[in-house]
Amino acid sequence: MSILAQQTETGRTLTLVLFLLMVVATVVITIWARNHTRDATDFHSGGRGFKSWQNGFAIASDYMSAASFLGIAGILALSGYDGFLYSIGFLVAWLVALLLVAELLRNSGRFTMADVLSFRMRQRPVRTAAAVSTMTVSIFYLLAQMVGAGALIALLLGIREGETFLGMNAEVASNVGIVFVGLLMIVYVALGGMKGTTWVQIFQAIVLLGGAALLALLVLTEYGFNISNLLGDAAEASGIGAGFLEPGQRYGVEVPGDPTQTMWNKLDLISLGLALVLGTAGLPHILIRFYTVPDSRSARKSVNWGIGLIGSFYLLTLVLGFGAAAIVGAEAITAQNPAGNTAAPQLAQAVGDNVGGSTVGAVMLAIIASAAFAAILSTVAGLVIASSSSLAHDLYNSVIRRGAATDREEVVVAKLAAIGVGVVSIVLAIYAQSLNVAFLVALAFAMAASANLPTLLLSLFWKRFNTAGAVAGIYGGLIAAVGLVIFSPVFSGAPNSLLGEGVDIAWFPMSNPGLVSIPLGLICAVVGTLMSSESKPERFATLQVRALTGAGSERAVKH
Amino acid sequence: MATTPMRDGPPPAVTDEELAAMHDDPRFIDLKRRLFRFIVPATIGFLAWYLLYVILSGYARDFMGTVLFGNINVALVFGLLQFVSTFGIAWAYSRHTAREFDPRAAELHDELHYGEGEKR
Repeated sequence: MSILAQQTETGRTLTLVLFLLMVVATVVITIWARNHTRDATDFHSGGRGFKSWQNGFAIASDYMSAASFLGIAGILALSGYDGFLYSIGFLVAWLVALLLVAELLRNSGRFTMADVLSFRMRQRPVRTAAAVSTMTVSIFYLLAQMVGAGALIALLLGIREGETFLGMNAEVASNVGIVFVGLLMIVYVALGGMKGTTWVQIFQAIVLLGGAALLALLVLTEYGFNISNLLGDAAEASGIGAGFLEPGQRYGVEVPGDPTQTMWNKLDLISLGLALVLGTAGLPHILIRFYTVPDSRSARKSVNWGIGLIGSFYLLTLVLGFGAAAIVGAEAITAQNPAGNTAAPQLAQAVGDNVGGSTVGAVMLAIIASAAFAAILSTVAGLVIASSSSLAHDLYNSVIRRGAATDREEVVVAKLAAIGVGVVSIVLAIYAQSLNVAFLVALAFAMAASANLPTLLLSLFWKRFNTAGAVAGIYGGLIAAVGLVIFSPVFSGAPNSLLGEGVDIAWFPMSNPGLVSIPLGLICAVVGTLMSSESKPERFATLQVRALTGAGSERAVKH
Repeated sequence: MATTPMRDGPPPAVTDEELAAMHDDPRFIDLKRRLFRFIVPATIGFLAWYLLYVILSGYARDFMGTVLFGNINVALVFGLLQFVSTFGIAWAYSRHTAREFDPRAAELHDELHYGEGEKR
């Protein structure tokens, strides 16, 4: 029996009203920001004038996506402990960004990841490679969010198979959801640029964190703040017992009587763990956030804010996930959405019902639904701005126009690129609705960890590194990650794979390529470097002095 | 002490050659050493600590399932300790850089932009 199925017309209307209020508020913010965006620095980096806490909230907003809110809560609710593995990988990953990347990137780059990669290289090949990688990673990530958004619109409005709402059935509602999210992200980015996007993200982070905190508080109150009892109830309701609170229900599954499969499953877990921890510091939409603050010290502080907010958020999700398992139950969750993506909203309604009857239930559902949309909208906006900045700054200005484009020209191209990326992802998302959201995100992390992180670290720390190495590292890591997935059971040869069981080209036994593709990306970068004689020690000296002291770095814009 | 001096408007420009020349300055080598002295062991440490957690989650399930009290087991506590260590390392790094790194980086920054002798 589904809880959402009992949802009243009032509940749906309330959800819609709250959602529309949020949309109106963010569009007002965007229009305000538009009037304060003048040049390329404003558009790409928000004028570099954001305070650390503001950038920290925006970082958190970029990062707390549909996958990490609804996805992790869903995994926790259905498979127990393994959802926690995800949050831990996602959180620890921030130390890589904090210790090795954020400050040095802020000091040495200007608008994009490629600025740092190409600093001491030949511009065109490196920028082209970086733009290709930025686009690929961002589009996969974008698709995941939009497919999730489409499914959510239908689910949160309580439209299921055979039902209609405002004359829409589930499939139509889903497409409308995708188009709506797509248009909104175009509006945020094309009108507001980085300044508007950042303010929208700050607002949405507050909505999301506030909603999650409120719901977690209600769940904990129901259990008299006794976590142990909550866990006990969750384990019992799951029907799995103590195993529900231990790793191994979903990742690294032990298959009785099949030691080979068990071995691959466990290596797959390690592979996932590696991609999660090494992917974050290679995600273009995260990297460009470090350019929005005045200096490297602010970049460091904003990552600290981000770590605090994201860590707290994952602790809340832990409560929500186990709360959903205990209070809603796996049966009711899978009846609504087999992947468990609606566990958090269902929990909101159930807890609200318990506290003050169906009206409170409807209000709580509306709040959590809006929080979920906030998570999606802020992440997609960040992804669109990363892709359009890279297209305009790296591909158009540096590669096509060889650096001759004016500021104004670059901004116009960036806005057009935002519209283009938005339209392309709307179309792709409509056709990609059968894809698994969590898989798309994990793949994006694996690609970022294989293609971007090794080249980024080598260009910051390895004197000998050169153009051939950077190009080989990016393409090598990217091709390895994508290629291995194509030949994995995720793509073909298994009942739940993309092409179904009928087609079988799978020879790579793991669904996460990271364990192989990350070292491969690194090896390509090193071998590529050694095969070329290009070496510019004086450029490396310039880069390192600039990265560490901040001398010669880009300044904040004072209007 | 700020790393970015904002006297009036942006600081005077610095050329790439001037930046490169600073690379072999003993003070820059010292600055680099002070940064690496923290980030190298810390990175190795937290990655090893995290991988230990992932590996135990895969290969030591009986250990991870050991109940400590009530329904709280080792896996949950180990996971929460990853949060604690992440927050802790972020805090320690900020303290280290504020004390050991930032003042020295700012000194070199100012010297590169404003020239030697003109201390603020």
